Amino acid sequence: MSQKIIMNFTVPGDDFTRAGEASSAVKRALKQLGLNSDVIRRVAIAMYEGEINMVIHANGGEIVVEIGSDDVQMILTDHGPGIQDIALAMREGYSTAPDEVRNLGFGAGMGLPNMKKYTDEMTIDSIVGQGTTVRMVVRVPQS
Amino acid sequence: MTVRELTEKTGWAVLAGQDALSREIDGIYCCDMLSIAMGRAPADSAWVTVMANVNTLAVAVLADVACVILAENVRPDDATVAKAQEQNVALLQSGMPVYETARRVESARDH
Repeated sequence: MSQKIIMNFTVPGDDFTRAGEASSAVKRALKQLGLNSDVIRRVAIAMYEGEINMVIHANGGEIVVEIGSDDVQMILTDHGPGIQDIALAMREGYSTAPDEVRNLGFGAGMGLPNMKKYTDEMTIDSIVGQGTTVRMVVRVPQS
Repeated sequence: MTVRELTEKTGWAVLAGQDALSREIDGIYCCDMLSIAMGRAPADSAWVTVMANVNTLAVAVLADVACVILAENVRPDDATVAKAQEQNVALLQSGMPVYETARRVESARDH
């Protein structure tokens, strides 16, 4: 794979039934490219968490995925309220999700920790009142 | 043990995903919080839960579990069954509580 494959997605806000469509599409693409199953699982989980976060907190957003021979990069951008305290948001179990979201099985405060856990690099840039950009990288082991 | 063998031994209903019944089950996982299951459900496991919504299916696909078993006779809505069919996820239904369902999977595997 000499050239990067770029995939763009729009995540709709407040629509839990469609959350996961982008990560499923990326998962399918990675499978077709024959990437190792651990990389596929890590990318899919991290990206799905990001999608869910966008739906819960930011009324949707955009995701750009770059698939290269060395790594898979995901850039998630939203124009939501931003994150007040990133260190607190990264703490396992901390969540600001409303009750109706918890009733669907989310809001355990595992989103950002899972994203960090399943990726090799993760950076969060957030401005309160303007939005958040999360960049995640999963490296592809070279055989 | 395949998912089909599990259904034959337990009599549990197959609500969707008939084409996925040949998958091998390797392990059992119980959890209702999707945020936790997403990161921790082992691939190829039988996932026992009472959380029956379309997002359960999205997590099942991403975690690549062998099947989803809805305990307590929980009935999914039509959209969830359709999603399982579309995503080819074996969706089973047990009348037992979560713990007993998991134990039944284990005994089916051992005998």
